[in-house]
Amino acid sequence: MASQQQLSAIKGARVLMVGAGGIGCELLKTLALSGFQDIHIIDMDTIEVSNLNRQFLFRQSHVGQSKAKVAREAVLKFRPHIKITPYHANVKDPDFNVDFFKQFNVVLNGLDNLDARRHVNRLCLAAEVPLVESGTTGFLGQVTVHVKGRTECYECQPKPAPKTYPVCTITSTPSKFVHCIVWAKDLLFAKLFGDKNQENDLNVHSTDAASSSEQAEDAFERRKDEDIEQYGRRIYDHVFGYNIEVALSNEETWKNRNRPRPVYSRDVLLNGLAQQNGNIFGATDDPSSVSAMAYLGMKNPQDIWSLMENSRIFLEAFKLFFVKREKEFGNLTFDKDDQLAVEFVTAAANIRASSFGIPLHSLFEAKGIAGNIVHAVATTNAIIAGLIVIEAIKVLQNDTNNYRMTYCLEHPTRKMLLMPVEPFEPNKSCYVCSETPLTLEINTHRAKLRDFAEKIVKAKLGMYFPLIMHGSALLYEVGDDLDEDMVANYAANLEKVLCELPSPITSGTTITVEDLKQELTCNINIKHREEFDEEKEPDGMLLSGWTQSSSVEKDDNKSIVNGGSTSNASQTVPGDSEKNDEMGSVPSGKKRKLSEVPDAAAQDPLSVTDSDGSRNHGKLELVDDDDDLLMLDADPGINKKKRLQ
Amino acid sequence: MDGEVLTEQETALYDRQIRVWGVDTQRRLSKAHILVCGMKGTVAEFCKNIVLAGVSSLTLVDDRVATEEAISANFLIPPDENAYGGKTLAELCCDSLKDFNPMVRVSVEKGDISSFGGDFFDNYDVVVASCCSLATKKSINEKCRKLSKHIAFYTVDCRDSCGEIFVDLQHHRYSKKKLDENIKCQLQYPSIEEAISVPWRALPRKVTKLYFAMRVMERFEEVEGRNPGDVSSADLPGILKLKKELCEANSLNESHVPDKLLERLVMGTREFPPVCAIIGGILGQEVIKAISGKGEPLKNFFFFDAMDGKGIIEDISNPESGS
Repeated sequence: MASQQQLSAIKGARVLMVGAGGIGCELLKTLALSGFQDIHIIDMDTIEVSNLNRQFLFRQSHVGQSKAKVAREAVLKFRPHIKITPYHANVKDPDFNVDFFKQFNVVLNGLDNLDARRHVNRLCLAAEVPLVESGTTGFLGQVTVHVKGRTECYECQPKPAPKTYPVCTITSTPSKFVHCIVWAKDLLFAKLFGDKNQENDLNVHSTDAASSSEQAEDAFERRKDEDIEQYGRRIYDHVFGYNIEVALSNEETWKNRNRPRPVYSRDVLLNGLAQQNGNIFGATDDPSSVSAMAYLGMKNPQDIWSLMENSRIFLEAFKLFFVKREKEFGNLTFDKDDQLAVEFVTAAANIRASSFGIPLHSLFEAKGIAGNIVHAVATTNAIIAGLIVIEAIKVLQNDTNNYRMTYCLEHPTRKMLLMPVEPFEPNKSCYVCSETPLTLEINTHRAKLRDFAEKIVKAKLGMYFPLIMHGSALLYEVGDDLDEDMVANYAANLEKVLCELPSPITSGTTITVEDLKQELTCNINIKHREEFDEEKEPDGMLLSGWTQSSSVEKDDNKSIVNGGSTSNASQTVPGDSEKNDEMGSVPSGKKRKLSEVPDAAAQDPLSVTDSDGSRNHGKLELVDDDDDLLMLDADPGINKKKRLQ
Repeated sequence: MDGEVLTEQETALYDRQIRVWGVDTQRRLSKAHILVCGMKGTVAEFCKNIVLAGVSSLTLVDDRVATEEAISANFLIPPDENAYGGKTLAELCCDSLKDFNPMVRVSVEKGDISSFGGDFFDNYDVVVASCCSLATKKSINEKCRKLSKHIAFYTVDCRDSCGEIFVDLQHHRYSKKKLDENIKCQLQYPSIEEAISVPWRALPRKVTKLYFAMRVMERFEEVEGRNPGDVSSADLPGILKLKKELCEANSLNESHVPDKLLERLVMGTREFPPVCAIIGGILGQEVIKAISGKGEPLKNFFFFDAMDGKGIIEDISNPESGS
């Protein structure tokens, strides 16, 4: 039970919760029961059916409503006299600025994506408000405390960027099912139903220079008066048959790899079976109820379909899109809750997998991969929420010696299922909380300011509203109230090579980058370098001192993120629609020095999240080497088939 | 729902958890019947978890009339005396729990659980006893063990900011994952009587002090004829004296049962909600594991102390007896 001292600290506290999902519901409930009386809660989401298995403050009747608002109403039922202020908004909104954060005694995160976490971390540092971070996935979870100057900030330990796949792996040489999913979702689906203006790498390049890309473009267009069934089979044959034949003609590619098998509809399907006995015009014309599976009588999403069944689904789903949902074409993006889209992508991915000798997957599994669905249960969230409140109370009392990072394990280590560890001291090289300058090696004669802004400032540093300065010269900024001259000036600067800027950037220069929203300043020392390795440093830049490590499967000039469209643009950190998430890594009993941090490649931290939409939720194996040193090793492979106990 | 396949409604609702534990576990859960007694904060948490998980039924036993103290850490009961006045804890919790998952049948069983016979317990697959005297716990455990059906038996109690779970799965077969394979395993659990009669000096030296402290409290209540949790600061001298006696009788150094810890357990009469959430969560996970037969269940005690933040498993069993 809380002591008198604790109770009065709790009673007078004002707390901010960010997130009203899986962790959020449990947390709000426990805070209220523990005597907290002034709680603010931010969440931009609305309630979905799949939330109801664990976000227990919500009911079926609440689907579609604001999570923050409904959570508040539910808790007031058993604690009617406390003050809960809900915000149905994005925590990244400019309204939630440093002054907003300053009003709280502690901030408690229950988020599900890296971007938002970094953002909140920076604001808490700027506002000098302690932050309690947390995350869960399946049976695993953790809680960490971040107090400026005393402990690491959330970004002191590098969190890996989301998993990316080289373009050629997706377009030509898939070896895992997830590659087929990305192909089906971000290339084929996007090409057929999405924005036609989007650049798309769907077509395989042949060694035959004569086959122009224009010709290939036409293959996807429906011919005048073409029968829908025929059109479907033609597309099928083109992507699963013809494109594979073209790829096979590149001998080099297949020297050390298994050759794929082209698949043609005539070989897989019996003729005439294209006509089904069912009526595609169902009782309702509701687009969301349209389903190829239902039409074909295939009810179980856990079944793994044969090549023939996948082909039937593919063609049926294709047809249904055209018959029922043509008006959405050009705007459609893959949505995991869109049944027909999931069926189409599953079927397409499976047919491709079949070609390449990759094991097929059920709709259920495919949907999880394509939708980056988090797997989550109520119990872990409840445990984590309890641990968060315990830390929050310590924070309110400034009980600094007792702050703990706590790990909730699936299998006990040294008899412990809940393992507390002392927090680490701030990382002196952390550019976020220690203001240590970074070093950037770059070719100042070739790289433009735009390259720097996109690949470093946005992608690596996570600053979306930056100010880029050289000394007192303002080279670039983003803002609403800029006058035309300045905007033109900045636009011109972006296209200039670094050494030719009005205030030239050369070796030895220090650039200052600021993000006003996050109140973050970062100094970067520039070092000119002529050559960069195309494979290892495809961006032509090397940032060091402290960096985001990125887990790319294989190096390549371009890479694709599961969910993003492919393009020539540099890989950027995905926005809100991409929910990627990381759990902290490498706990150790002692306050470790940076040099002891194991190689990030071998120690991919596990991703955790508390609600829908995580990425990289691989298996966790805990290796207990030593008394105090623990290493979390996660397999970032997304194959979920073997996860079940 | 039909025998083998989950309904569409279940698939949609349980999607995220099926991705954690699989369809087979979900099916087994949907057939499980749970009995729970002692509706305070921790058990309320457990009930929420198990209802959300999608069991077949949950039966609540607690005839105690609601009081302000009893509901202080129980989020299932609105604190409005006009609403709760005169009703029992079980009745009040039942109404709220039904809301969490319309597919689970939640009901109340009136009466004193220590008077229920083996026939009664035979209706259940899992029995959780809380706020019961040691004698009652032993009696329920025995009745469950006498049945041919393997009933999973648990006790759970929180004092101050500490919590304890006891698990008895009798002879339990389960499968667990090792690398890429599923291997079949089994465990043999002692009854609660057998477990707590393991002589203290026979236990490993590093056994958590909380185990002993809980036994002292338990014994004090037994000797003094108190209801569980019915101790106050006035009892502290008596408790410390009892501790000395027990340590002596067990040839255990007193340092294993610190006075300060006992003081905390005595003074902390109200439940601490974060600990309720943690213990209720761990218990929920364990019950799901037991029902599914997948994953190694904890054997046989779990302790949590908010002061040091550790959640520890202790195996309190006698190696000689094979239990």
